Amino acid sequence: MKLTGAQAIIKALELEKVDIIFGYPGAAICPFYDSLLDSAITHVLTRNEQGAAHAASGYARVTGKTGVCVATSGPGATNLITGIATAYMDSIPMVAITGQVSSELIGRDVFQEADITGATAPFCKHNYLVKDAKALPRIIKEAFHIASTGRPGPVLIDIPIDVQNKEISFAYPESIDIKGYKPTYKGHSLQIRRIADAIAKAKAPVICAGGGVINANAAEELIKLAEKLRIPVTTTLMGIGAIPADHELSLGMLGSHGVYSANYALHNADLVIIMGARVADRAIGTASKIAEKAKIVHIDIDPAEIGKNIGTSIPVVGDVKLILKELLETAVKGNADEWMESIKRIKKEHPLKHRDGEEGVAVKPQYLLSMLSDMLDRDSIITTEVGQNQIWAANHFKVKKPRTFISSGGMGTMGYGLPAAVGAKFGAPRQKVVAVCGDGSFQMSMNELGTIKQHKLGVKIIIFNNSRLGMVRELQKNRYCGRYSQVFLEDNPDFVKLVEAYGFTGERIDSDSQVRDALGRFLADDRPYLLECIVDPEEPTL
Amino acid sequence: MAKHTLSVLVENHPGVLSRVAGLFSRRGFNIDSLAVGVTENPDISRMTIVVDGDDYTVEQVSKQLNKLIDVIKIKQLDKTDSVSRELALIKVAATTSTRSEIIQIVEIFRANIVDVSKNTLTIEISGGSSKVAALEDMLRQFGIKEIVRTGTIAIERGNKYIKANNNEEE
Ligand SMILES: Cc1ncc(C[n+]2csc(CCOP(=O)(O)OP(=O)(O)O)c2C)c(N)n1
Repeated sequence: MKLTGAQAIIKALELEKVDIIFGYPGAAICPFYDSLLDSAITHVLTRNEQGAAHAASGYARVTGKTGVCVATSGPGATNLITGIATAYMDSIPMVAITGQVSSELIGRDVFQEADITGATAPFCKHNYLVKDAKALPRIIKEAFHIASTGRPGPVLIDIPIDVQNKEISFAYPESIDIKGYKPTYKGHSLQIRRIADAIAKAKAPVICAGGGVINANAAEELIKLAEKLRIPVTTTLMGIGAIPADHELSLGMLGSHGVYSANYALHNADLVIIMGARVADRAIGTASKIAEKAKIVHIDIDPAEIGKNIGTSIPVVGDVKLILKELLETAVKGNADEWMESIKRIKKEHPLKHRDGEEGVAVKPQYLLSMLSDMLDRDSIITTEVGQNQIWAANHFKVKKPRTFISSGGMGTMGYGLPAAVGAKFGAPRQKVVAVCGDGSFQMSMNELGTIKQHKLGVKIIIFNNSRLGMVRELQKNRYCGRYSQVFLEDNPDFVKLVEAYGFTGERIDSDSQVRDALGRFLADDRPYLLECIVDPEEPTL
Repeated sequence: MAKHTLSVLVENHPGVLSRVAGLFSRRGFNIDSLAVGVTENPDISRMTIVVDGDDYTVEQVSKQLNKLIDVIKIKQLDKTDSVSRELALIKVAATTSTRSEIIQIVEIFRANIVDVSKNTLTIEISGGSSKVAALEDMLRQFGIKEIVRTGTIAIERGNKYIKANNNEEE
């Protein structure tokens, strides 16, 4: 079959069962956009390429499929970078396609030339600069394979315009042979037996589940294992949803922004079973202290994570779902009833708490989020921005299912939540999607309101408006003697009027007593709705 | 800190070297030397990388390198079980009075003189890095004008091979 390079890309995307892509056109990617007209693939025009990458990421997280974003050369490609880096840090499967200037002009600094493969090498699982159109089918096949298997991550394909225009005879490869890429899936049986032995002997075991559990679709096995062996489970930010927040064995999020009971369990355990988590500073800042006290089991698909941040007594490399399945067959409950009792007691003694909001002055975000989670269906999705809003949501919104809590964990990228909600809504059109924002973060990506309008997306938006870059303000208060520097957003626009300009409904509330009714209106239909909540600037994160 | 020699098979693609070098700077690893050339299979190149660091660092370097899609195989070479060489070209000042002394030193080291001019001699030496360093040391008194060195290359002793598919032994 004779196709142009551009047609070949589209054909390959179709063969990869891609039905939606997020992007933004420009000269160097025009052949691709021209061929797209003849395809059934839906294209979502975002308002900035960064939004396209974040939307692809939100889509990928919700569906488990590989998200695809597209941009032109030069500034289009560089605008993608934050989105690619964000996906990389959180191990999200993504393929980014960029146009590039014509092959023979590369290196001459022509109009809109940027070395995007060079620029993204540190944030990509892999990338390609396509020099030969004949290689396109193989490269696209490899890109989807690499992005979605092993430890997932973004792969970028940079395609010069002449390569898009070149005619080739198209044949999609059936198999893949990448010599240097053979992920390990099956865990070492002997090591798995050692885990079972350790569990049988443990007096105070705890499971620490990360985003890898969600990536591997292993939540079901995790819950089964925890229930069978009566082991409490804490999660990282990326692991939220791996166990329902209202499950009796769930301790909530651990780490510097986590809850007391989770950190208590971690620091008093004699066996810590880490799965699909990379032991980052925000989650386990005191790795060496924990490892002194407890035996550490570390299960991860990426061998490079093992031993990187924490010493491990029982490492297992492989797919956490397969490993948990095997473990479920052999492991038996240890003698940890006393430990479970003390954990239950600690949980009761240290509940998440907060004061009520002041009538007519402020809404308590914790109160609102907790009510919101009670009012939404179990499979509703929330995305967050970054800052206090993210931590309030992580701790107070009771997430019940995997792939329903969408947040930038590793990178902490402000401006992620709103475009991620766009992608999430496309991925799960029948589920409610709520974007939880701070007033600062919202303004980083509020241009995507245009995308929401154009595609008639029923995205719900909550803004916690404290007229501050709240989390940085808090940091300056606590660590810089209250010397506030550039954290005031007092001349914020009228957010309600702003969304009205897009034809959406907006509403502002400033006390807890309004919350229930306002949320009722907010969730009543499937149209975009913005609920602005005035929050006390002094409201602490924890 | 000790020096460790890694023998790394990579795809012979453009961009591989920059990926490997980028990884070292990004992760804060120190490269002592890096030599790269094509293998008996033209699709595959071999890099010999000498890394400065403790065991943790070397393990991390290997694991992170392994994550690069273009990296096919990595083996850490044991000092006693491998042969390593580097090559240096040393241009040294030579006058009528020093010339013969320099030539004597060169002979002792089994090095070669590869270029002569009125007031310089250029010497080629290959060997382990300590031998090269020793010659450099001896020549310094005459005035070294320029030194060019390759990085270390190394190969396992005996019947062992590092191949793309598996480690082979005959
Ligand atoms: C792109 C980006 N720039 C800067 C930061 C640093 N930062 C972290 S939290 C924060 C404040 C966020 O303010 P806001 O969105 O209003 O949320 P709040 O903390 O008030 O809930 C900033 C600036 C970041 N995380 N991301």
